[in-house]
Amino acid sequence: MTVKVQREDFDVGAELAAMTGGKTGIGGVTLFVGLVRDMAGGEAVSAMTLEHYPGMTEKELEAIEAEARQRWPLDDALIIHRHGRLEPGDRIVLVATASAHRQAAFESCHFLIDWLKTRAPFWKLEATPDGERWVEAKDSDDDAAARWAKPA
Amino acid sequence: MKILYFAWLRTKIGVAAETVDLPAEVRDVGGLVDWLKTRSPKHADALANSTVVKVAVNQEHVPYDHPVGPGDEVALFPPVTGG
Repeated sequence: MTVKVQREDFDVGAELAAMTGGKTGIGGVTLFVGLVRDMAGGEAVSAMTLEHYPGMTEKELEAIEAEARQRWPLDDALIIHRHGRLEPGDRIVLVATASAHRQAAFESCHFLIDWLKTRAPFWKLEATPDGERWVEAKDSDDDAAARWAKPA
Repeated sequence: MKILYFAWLRTKIGVAAETVDLPAEVRDVGGLVDWLKTRSPKHADALANSTVVKVAVNQEHVPYDHPVGPGDEVALFPPVTGG
């Protein structure tokens, strides 16, 4: 079970290999990779800068991961979230969950990204042709997280 | 008490962190936010709409009725937008 908060990019294949190597009890892995889009709200986005709260970010991601482990039988879970300046196409976040069976892997991965989006202290600043603007939180993200309010 | 500001709260107030001497009558997060508004026009502007001012005490999300004390690290920030 691992949480990493870093400026550097990550290698999805290498992370998958590290997660599953030698662990033949794992029957399936679900991966979610979040990317920087080149459009937001009908405007071109040339760059995105992610600010975060060092210390709390790691604690919050670890708490979210611990919650997932309580709810599903996981062999492993991994969250990598980048901060700093990113450009369209860049990877932002990786969530990976491994379990003996696919249902636990799918559901826990979905849960982790939904909860992360409403709880982990990150903020996105977008660069557009009209200047920089802070991304506003979406009600739909709150709704997505609320679906997991009751234990599965 | 150490106060941290993030994202547009930081840019509107103009500092990322400040240390304040808490008046005795400030006992909870709501009282703290109200008191911080009196520190400058920039504070008042940034903190005007409390529905978009979220708070963590000692790095944990808390509601506005959560108690605060002189040794706490309190962070104020807009709703998070990671992922």
